[in-house]
Amino acid sequence: MAEQALKDLKVLDFSRVIAGPLLTQLLALHGATVVRIESNHFLDRLRISAPYAGKKMGLNRSGYFSLFNANKYSMTLNLNHRRAPELMKHLVGWCDVLVENFVPGAMEKRGFGYEDLRKIKPDLIMLSTSNQGRGGPLSRWGGYGYTLMALTGVTNLTGWEDRACSHPFGALSDMICPSLEATALLAAIEHRRRTGKGQHLDLSQFEATLFYLSPLLVDYITSGNEFTRMGNKSLCAAPHGCYPCKGEDRWCAITVENDEEWAVFCRVIGKPELVNDSRFSSFESRKANEPELNEIVSGWTRGKTDEEVMMTLQEAGIAAGVVQNPADIFKDPQLAHQGHFQMIEHPEMGYHSYEMPPFTLSATPARLNKPAPCLGQDNEYVCTKLLGLSDEEFLGLLKENVFE
Amino acid sequence: MLSGYRALDLTTSRGYVCGRILADLGADVIKIEPPGGDSGRMKAPFYGGKAHPDRSIFWFAYNLGKRAITLNLKDLEGREIFKKLIQKADFIIESFPTGYMETLGLDYDAVQKINSRIIYTSISPFGHGGPYGNFRGTDIVAMAMGGFMHLTGDPDRPPLRVSFPVAFNMLASTQAALGTMIAFHHRQRTGAGQHVDTSAQASVAATLGFVLPLWELNKVLARRVGSAWFRSSGDTATQQRVIWLCRDGAVAFMAMGGMSGAQSNRALVKWIDDEQMADDFLRSIDWDKFDPRNVTQEFHQKVEERIGRFFMKHSKKELHEGAHRRGIHLQMVSTFKDIMESEQLEARHFWVDVSHPELKTTLKYPGPFIKASETPVTLERRAPLIGEHNKDIYHDELGISTTELENLAKRGVI
Repeated sequence: MAEQALKDLKVLDFSRVIAGPLLTQLLALHGATVVRIESNHFLDRLRISAPYAGKKMGLNRSGYFSLFNANKYSMTLNLNHRRAPELMKHLVGWCDVLVENFVPGAMEKRGFGYEDLRKIKPDLIMLSTSNQGRGGPLSRWGGYGYTLMALTGVTNLTGWEDRACSHPFGALSDMICPSLEATALLAAIEHRRRTGKGQHLDLSQFEATLFYLSPLLVDYITSGNEFTRMGNKSLCAAPHGCYPCKGEDRWCAITVENDEEWAVFCRVIGKPELVNDSRFSSFESRKANEPELNEIVSGWTRGKTDEEVMMTLQEAGIAAGVVQNPADIFKDPQLAHQGHFQMIEHPEMGYHSYEMPPFTLSATPARLNKPAPCLGQDNEYVCTKLLGLSDEEFLGLLKENVFE
Repeated sequence: MLSGYRALDLTTSRGYVCGRILADLGADVIKIEPPGGDSGRMKAPFYGGKAHPDRSIFWFAYNLGKRAITLNLKDLEGREIFKKLIQKADFIIESFPTGYMETLGLDYDAVQKINSRIIYTSISPFGHGGPYGNFRGTDIVAMAMGGFMHLTGDPDRPPLRVSFPVAFNMLASTQAALGTMIAFHHRQRTGAGQHVDTSAQASVAATLGFVLPLWELNKVLARRVGSAWFRSSGDTATQQRVIWLCRDGAVAFMAMGGMSGAQSNRALVKWIDDEQMADDFLRSIDWDKFDPRNVTQEFHQKVEERIGRFFMKHSKKELHEGAHRRGIHLQMVSTFKDIMESEQLEARHFWVDVSHPELKTTLKYPGPFIKASETPVTLERRAPLIGEHNKDIYHDELGISTTELENLAKRGVI
């Protein structure tokens, strides 16, 4: 097997919850050595969040935690301990990259700010990520993925025209910022390779999410046009939406982009006469008569399974896809083909799945080597094998309860 | 950070953001368009409202910092020129339908024979190969197949997508940029390039989070609950409100568990109490023991009636200011107007003016996605005009004479 792409990369991970751990997992799945620093006094919220294996609560049983922590080492360290700075010196000296997502200022307060740490390691690359970035009046205002979705305007752009906005499921910002951060980190590593210089990267999840909304924001700035939510409609396709199929809560998404596709679509649903029907013959007329159009499409989809609708339309070259639920996702043959889920035995949770990155590297694919770590399981390994402390030194620290 | 490294950006509108990310990080990204320009140049909105290939704000925003040349890859001569460009390139990014590059003889296997160091990144609806590899996919199809839509929207209506495209522009394009950089790191060590195959469907599935283990470990199937959050302890399933109406709009708030949740919840109850709107029930809740997954629907409802009444008394702005002052994890549901008025973005000098000489104006753009202390991201070069850098690349770099260039243009090659 080829050596993995990031085999040489050493990451010290002070991050918690999703926004940081997902980033370091993406690196770990490609071979980076990632040491997560945790604490019994300040648990990662996900360790104490359902779902638990066997519905039995336990610090090492959360599927929410394991989802973002494959391939990592876990070390517990009481950052307030008298001897913590000594161990920090070893850890920072060891790593290439340090990742943290505390409230801005928290690392500095403990004497572990970027300026402090670069005294230990002048070419350190440190990545700090937070809701609203470092500096500025709202910098320390904590929040969650769903508050960010609201703040960035994504929530306002999700919902039906005739109703209040809906919550866009989960937290897109939490799930995509880690990939942006990892991209920038690897660029910073290349910069260090060429110049010998490290740096501090600061990603505001608010700002990074607005980056994607650039077209709508620039339009608003120049024309005052507030783009608004419009259900499942599209400005450039009709039919465009989610249509009911046979079974309970089963749906298929369909997009017909132009007149050629419309002609094909009419033939497939057995209504060739609609091609030249003036209510639907052009994109403009289809948009003008959209409710009627959607009724016709629904009339055809209702009698079929979602799978049948997708297959029939795809065979004819029309974009269509089943609205899959989480159970469907696990059975999806395409995701299975890509090895999207891989399984491994966890000492407490048993055999269960981890998610691989949504891209496949042909020569050095992602690999699941280790399940998510139990809390503090690697204290000895990290100290003696990675940091090179002697057994006596390790035992000395252990006796003083540094690893808590 | 990436100065001196070159990307040949062949993407259609669904992959522009990948090159934009690399350009922001300093790479020399050359957008390659067919003669006459990319179809993405005709995507709304337009500056001044009128459709024109050099006025699409969609194009402007996602192609900032790139250079552009025209080249007809369907033409044999065009492909020969492209092969010359490949020799000096570090990255190729493309988002054509799967199989299309093969028909041109420009798939990864062919390209790596010309330059074995190249990173070749593909963005497609379902990835290459596999049972759905040749399926058509749009944003809504990827959002459906990736599992997002099942979980979004009101229970009495169809599943819902976000009203602007997310699957390719936000998710897959970013994942593609990361795959590119991981492969690049490997190449810098070993000299070997590779193919990065990005799936929009998988990119959407990668946003699902806890509902995956919830199904696998507890066999609880999450569902869409409108403006609420689906909560489950594994045995029970409840919904907890996350989006609330207020006097002039909406805000996002949830009573969370844990230490920071307890602080925020207590601060909100105190605020409600300060305004004489709290009752014994609200005051009696022990937030240190509160776990939103382990309370009944009735409990959620009782809390929410009270909080909801309080929010309805206030404007977005009042709730924003009060919540910040009191340390409550609440944010307003922003409109673009609210975002433009953000004092935080202002203080961080987020907005950037970019000059558009052809429009005789400067346009304000959202700033860089990251602040880098040693190599600050600068957004200076507006998105390129059609064929703007043909001379720089073809003449100055490849040494094609001016007469020859004119001939190539006449023959529709560039």
